[in-house]
Amino acid sequence: MKTLAYLGLAAALAAGPVLAQDDDAKVIGVSIPAATHGWAGGLNFHAQQTVERLEAVYPGLDFVLATASGPAQQVNDIEDMVATRNIDALVVLPFESEPLTGPVAAVAERGTWVTVVDRGLSQEGIEDLYVAGDNAGFGRVSGSYFADRLPDGGKVVVLRGIPTTIDNERVENFQAAIEGTGIEIIGMEHGNWNRDDAFAVMQDFLSRHPQIDAVWASDDDMAVGVLAAIEQSGRSDIQFVLGGAGMKEMIKRVGDGDPMIPADVTYPPGMIATAIEMTAVGLVSGAPVSGRFTIGSVLVTPENADQFYYPDSPF
Amino acid sequence: MSPAPEEAARPPRGRRIDFHVLGPVLALIALVVLGTLINGNFLSYGNITNVLSRSAFIGIIAVGMTFVITAGGLDLSVGSMAAFIAGLMILVMNAVLPATGVGVLPVLIGMATALAAGLGAGLLNGLLVTRAGIEPFIVTLGTMGIYRSLVTWMADGGTLSLSFDLRGFYGPVYYGTVAGISWPILVFAAVAVLGEIAMRRMPFGRHCAAIGASEKVARYSAVEVDRVRLATYAVLGLLVGVATIMYVPRLGSASSATGLLWELEAIAAVIIGGTVLKGGSGRIWGTVVGVLILSLIGNILNLTDMVSPYLNGAIQGAIIILAVLMQRGSAARE
Repeated sequence: MKTLAYLGLAAALAAGPVLAQDDDAKVIGVSIPAATHGWAGGLNFHAQQTVERLEAVYPGLDFVLATASGPAQQVNDIEDMVATRNIDALVVLPFESEPLTGPVAAVAERGTWVTVVDRGLSQEGIEDLYVAGDNAGFGRVSGSYFADRLPDGGKVVVLRGIPTTIDNERVENFQAAIEGTGIEIIGMEHGNWNRDDAFAVMQDFLSRHPQIDAVWASDDDMAVGVLAAIEQSGRSDIQFVLGGAGMKEMIKRVGDGDPMIPADVTYPPGMIATAIEMTAVGLVSGAPVSGRFTIGSVLVTPENADQFYYPDSPF
Repeated sequence: MSPAPEEAARPPRGRRIDFHVLGPVLALIALVVLGTLINGNFLSYGNITNVLSRSAFIGIIAVGMTFVITAGGLDLSVGSMAAFIAGLMILVMNAVLPATGVGVLPVLIGMATALAAGLGAGLLNGLLVTRAGIEPFIVTLGTMGIYRSLVTWMADGGTLSLSFDLRGFYGPVYYGTVAGISWPILVFAAVAVLGEIAMRRMPFGRHCAAIGASEKVARYSAVEVDRVRLATYAVLGLLVGVATIMYVPRLGSASSATGLLWELEAIAAVIIGGTVLKGGSGRIWGTVVGVLILSLIGNILNLTDMVSPYLNGAIQGAIIILAVLMQRGSAARE
């Protein structure tokens, strides 16, 4: 994979110097991970849409959008943006916190406006604006939903994502929210936010446990695999599956009143749009936008599902 | 998994016990015993069917990989190729659906697409290796990146989903059974038997081994080296197509996360099974055992709480190395 990242770098270097610079326009650089999974696909979709919209609205703004397939490439992308486009503001969703902290701090020291999205840097105070996803809230909202749906307690299994601080924060808050409710977690394994892995893990949970009341799939991709495994087993003891993130197919099933998918919890990839919009407003109007802005994770139910349904998005 | 059986089976003079074959089988038996002790449901019909069906994708691919590796080659592109073919198949089936309606026809068209695409992709790898003379590692590293990007691009970064009606019709190809045995298991078994025949009873297998052992000697022995090597990549590509035909009906979707790391699992299974990574000797049955060992580890870890899930990868790695140690330990002393 490293080799591929270097190939990407070579391409980026080759393309960089060709770009001409417009002295009047202010340039906003947007650096995000490539669309390698569903959520990141949504992220790319919303980033592109926002850039197109803002370029039409503000003729004085130029945008550079770069997608990286790894932290090393992202660092290179950012260095190229500074060197060849002399960006006035950077909107970055760090691939990983540690390797990006130094390079982003260097950009901030130049006096460039820095907006960090979703994943924080490992050092505080670098960014001017932090648009954060709410992982703690994601776990808490999910846990409260289980507590509401299973007032007499019950046996649940949990599928976790890729082992990361994001996943830990979600699971800890889920556990805290169901504490004392009589809900018992009888199995917890990593499905890596992947449909196929989640399918295999759920099949094994079904072999292992004769009674499962509900499943916290904690992600909509994993919920797809979980549902297929349950359907194959023909079991009727599972009352519902709760995913998360807000994939359009799952939001649609919530809206249609599917009893197996009665709700969803958002972790919207559209937060990149919020970040780009706020950065643009700050640059063109001087309205104060610095600080921290948290995009709450909210419960999607059949009543409000249509507010969260984006039929054109790939996610 | 103690070193004891290794000592016991040290080959006596005169009559040789083939430890290459026994090592992986012993590891498999040890895993089955362990699984049975850990969970009473381990040997249930449902669990066995799940594990074997799940193994089928990697298994079908690993049989083809055995030929490629035996002939001294390597293919890193199979996982991405599977994802690309799955995506292509879904696009084609969704496209013809309005014209054909739900039925056998769109599924047959999809299957033909998968086989043709697999064969084409395999031939491309093979031609770049034999005609252009580029190392297989580099060729397939390149095509790996290409197919992975293509499927991401086709899915627009998201997920390609098979039309819901067709998924219901096509589903039995993964979930359906004949006399209680699911389709993926039957296809995997058929591919393994055919592979064994080709490897042991046909000139093709002997030629692969000859090329892997020494390309020069094989050439002097009038083996058509380039044609045989091209054929190994083509067969592997075709088998990736077959595996994809079984994969798509399972979840009816393909994304850039499909088939991730399948290439490494397939190569690991081949090596665990006793095929030599630098070529010259291949064992189809060993590969089948290797595939089963890999999927049983995952299954057993899911059936128990004894190990922290953070350590799953470590356990898998340790068992892979142990299985190969058991197989090589005695061979090294001979």
